[in-house]
Amino acid sequence: MPDLMLELFCEEIPARMQAGAAESLRKLVTDALVERGLLYEGAKAFVTPRRLALAVHGLPASQPDTHEERKGPRVGAPQAAIDGFLKASGLTSIDQAKIESDPKKGEFYVAHLHRHGRPTPEVIAEIVPAIIRSFPWPKSMRWGSGSLRWVRPLQSIVCTFGPETEEPEVVPFEVDGIRSGDTTRGHRFLSSGSIKVRRLDDWMTKLEAAFVVVDRERRKDIILADAKDLALAHGLELVEDPGLLDEISGLVEWPVVLIGSFDESFLDVPDEVIRATIRINQKCFVLRDPATGRLANRFILVSNLAAKDGGDAIVAGNGRVIRARLSDAKFFWETDKRTNATVSLEERLAKFKNVTFHEKLGSQFERIQRIARLARELAPVVGADPDFAEQAALYAKSDLRTEVVGEFPEVQGLMGKYYARLEGLPEEIALAAEEHYKPQGPTDRVPVAPVSVAVALADKLDTLVGFWAIDEKPTGSKDPYALRRAALGVIRIILESNSRVLLWPAFVVLGRRIMGQMLRAEYSQSQLTTKFLELTGDINPEGMISKLQKYATEAALLMEGEDHFAVPVQEWEKKRANDLLAFFADRLKVHLREQGARHDLVDAVFALPSQDDLLLVVKRVEALGRFLRTEDGRNLLAGTKRAANILRIEEKKDGVSYAGGVDITLLVEAEERTLADAIAKAGPLIGTALKAEDFEGAMGVMASLRAPVDAFFEKVTVNAEDKALRANRLALLADIRAITRQVADFDRIEG
Amino acid sequence: MIDPALPPHMRPDRSFQGLILALHAFWADKGCVVLQPYDMEVGAGTFHPATTLRALGPKHWKAAYVQPSRRPKDGRYGENPNRLQHYYQYQVILKPSPADLQDLYLASLEAIGIDLKLHDVRFVEDDWESPTLGAWGLGWECWCDGMEVSQFTYFQQVAGIECAPVSGELTYGLERLAMYVQGVENVYDLNFNGREGDEKVTYGDVFLQAEKEYSRHNFEHADTAMLLEQFRMAESAAAKYLEAGWSDDKSRHLMAQPAYDQCIKASHVFNLLDARGVISVTERQSYILRVRELAKACGAAWLATEAGGTPAA
Repeated sequence: MPDLMLELFCEEIPARMQAGAAESLRKLVTDALVERGLLYEGAKAFVTPRRLALAVHGLPASQPDTHEERKGPRVGAPQAAIDGFLKASGLTSIDQAKIESDPKKGEFYVAHLHRHGRPTPEVIAEIVPAIIRSFPWPKSMRWGSGSLRWVRPLQSIVCTFGPETEEPEVVPFEVDGIRSGDTTRGHRFLSSGSIKVRRLDDWMTKLEAAFVVVDRERRKDIILADAKDLALAHGLELVEDPGLLDEISGLVEWPVVLIGSFDESFLDVPDEVIRATIRINQKCFVLRDPATGRLANRFILVSNLAAKDGGDAIVAGNGRVIRARLSDAKFFWETDKRTNATVSLEERLAKFKNVTFHEKLGSQFERIQRIARLARELAPVVGADPDFAEQAALYAKSDLRTEVVGEFPEVQGLMGKYYARLEGLPEEIALAAEEHYKPQGPTDRVPVAPVSVAVALADKLDTLVGFWAIDEKPTGSKDPYALRRAALGVIRIILESNSRVLLWPAFVVLGRRIMGQMLRAEYSQSQLTTKFLELTGDINPEGMISKLQKYATEAALLMEGEDHFAVPVQEWEKKRANDLLAFFADRLKVHLREQGARHDLVDAVFALPSQDDLLLVVKRVEALGRFLRTEDGRNLLAGTKRAANILRIEEKKDGVSYAGGVDITLLVEAEERTLADAIAKAGPLIGTALKAEDFEGAMGVMASLRAPVDAFFEKVTVNAEDKALRANRLALLADIRAITRQVADFDRIEG
Repeated sequence: MIDPALPPHMRPDRSFQGLILALHAFWADKGCVVLQPYDMEVGAGTFHPATTLRALGPKHWKAAYVQPSRRPKDGRYGENPNRLQHYYQYQVILKPSPADLQDLYLASLEAIGIDLKLHDVRFVEDDWESPTLGAWGLGWECWCDGMEVSQFTYFQQVAGIECAPVSGELTYGLERLAMYVQGVENVYDLNFNGREGDEKVTYGDVFLQAEKEYSRHNFEHADTAMLLEQFRMAESAAAKYLEAGWSDDKSRHLMAQPAYDQCIKASHVFNLLDARGVISVTERQSYILRVRELAKACGAAWLATEAGGTPAA
């Protein structure tokens, strides 16, 4: 079976686009082949900075033949119908059609269309140019006088097809003046002239000889292995960095790993800053000294050249650039230390007045103040010292204006920790500066120190409530403010620190503060205009605008004030808080599902009123899960569902609700008396257990209902002849439903 | 390969001016017109009408020139070894971009003494955008042993207008490149004239005092009231010239370049105001937009000139 070899050779492809492009090429070509009846045995894509290639193995030499019968108009139909049929079926004369007959329709024409499968190269020559013209690059461009779009100028195309044993043929086509052929080029500097290639193995071997490692994974392996060896040879350890490795493998065709050094005095700068400098600006790895665990004054660079001096000039050149970069970093670090020593925290924070957090949500300064206030309020709940929590929150964001963080945003928080230590602040505050950003993702560590927990919760809640207040919620795949991550962070922190935070009132109070600040901002902006309007008199004769502004200010004061619920919670506030709570419920479901919990149990618990204490929600879900794994639990669930089903049908039929009205004098059968007794006894017991947050206890009481419920359904006919008896029994079923709902909404549980 | 016939003091790896002369010789040999710097203050070589305006329209064009570039915010009072508020860019523009542009660029590096078998030259993704010029393109920053020495861009749009044909633009940071080939760590130590001993003139001898003076001017003393007024004046003058330049039937323009001068002026004044810290974040955006509007109108006017591709009446 023949193989296809395709190589698109172009100027340097951005590293970050390479893997995606290789996958797109594979998918687009193989899909197009299959769509045209050309099945294949295997396909593999390759990518280097200068080429995108695909080998498709085991293709047929041509498409299969096809046969189609197409029914036409009846014999003697108007000429227009005949002509239409000829055109649609591709026949030149109606004589080419057969006449068939049908007892109902009579005689009619049928076209028998035999199609010979086209030779595969012909199909390829059609597919490939179309794919090139519409290739899904994240960004593409034109060049020269042409109109073709590609990621960077496309220079040549190899496209061959043929069986393994024979000389393959070139599949001929042209894209914007570039003709397909069978020659490519090797490494930009280490090889010269063009190289004739036949098929995959030949292509790989010849390119390897021309200093090109075509397989991205192999380049990564080479880089990683050589980097580790080189580190080891110097008695050091490579600080691994998969993201950087990925990027570098897209910058070289012939990786040559080299080691360089920098002046030891730069090690005064924190490791993370050195690493960020070297990684981001120079795309080099850093090394660790296993004896101290700290960075060594060495770096690993990956060049694209086997240089004739063994790489000395390259190492020297990179070393100079790294020295200059580290001088900058050191300068930033020293400047920050000096600033922190001479400028008070208050003055530093005042600078945030000019930094907008979000156009509608005001300045970074206001936000920091809100977070500090909330952290203070949350402190007792999470076991932190309120003064520390407040100070830590103020400090935690102060590093955002430092030189180092300005240059390397990814070390935010971390720098706060270092600076706090240098300033001699308590370790809790230093830690909170770093940890309040955590967790950054589902696998990141969750803060445990109480002060860190208070600040982390305050920070994330402020973000969530703020964006909910201006209606900027995540939709579909769009979550520009990472609100899902923030909510998951809150959930994980609460659960892992066993904190009892009532989210609902927190949403309302925080929402009011944010709205208050927005109101105040609006007011100060409109002040000038309205002053003028008032002076002109005619628009506003009684000073109405002034009065409105006075009310607005008072409202703002009230919203930001201490007396949280002096004004009752308004409908719109309830709606917004419920909506945000539902968002948390969704996140919690995702989180618990990943931990193996059933999402229907989470639904069953969230269906109960005022479930805003996540810790209790989870405890209840867990207890419910355990209960439903017992035989009592399973049977009670079945019984409850049966009761609910009957009720649903009968209540619908009768148009009444049977809830809450069992008449004990009408209980005639022993089983229904037993059940009524059991329910009457269980009710208060479950209530007491729930009040004590003893979910296991509540479930235990529930278990005692299983036998009476089962016996009831076995012996008692609900739909009795006697209307009063029937109504009473339905009321008893309603009691079953009601009592189980104290624990969870059993209707939402599957099974 | 450096021209072996050069005397030592003219060599591009020994002398700053030798580097410029070597690039001139290289690109002149490739058919470029070698121009002189534009006689106005600009932030980058791209602002020169030989790039901005000539990149528009159908006519072919090849030019090379040095452009003194001013970035008021980058001043460091002469104390930083790498940062300057005034520096030189070497600019090459080829329209349409030739198929071997990368090879030409690499050959130019060899001409100034960078041995491609010894140094690691890399093309690293860098998309270029100039919000004030309404321009963008795709390309790379060119690295030599980890140091960015050039920008390489295929213009896609200039003044909000699609470029067809596409121009290839090369911008060499001359000071960086010179520091590299001379093996110097501080820009002020660069050998300017290639001489040694008493005759040697360094980059510092030429520019250090200016860096100190202009840093003081840009950050502390530039007359902001005057600059705000100048911005306004340049903006309204550009609009006036654009208006006056259109023929009666609006098919031809007769004054695109004087209008564009005012656009350049506005842009530089804005940079000075920005360095003085008198422009807030929101205002900043609006100033940039105002300059961009001028640039777009100038680009449209240029297309209606003879050099811009509209035949003479």
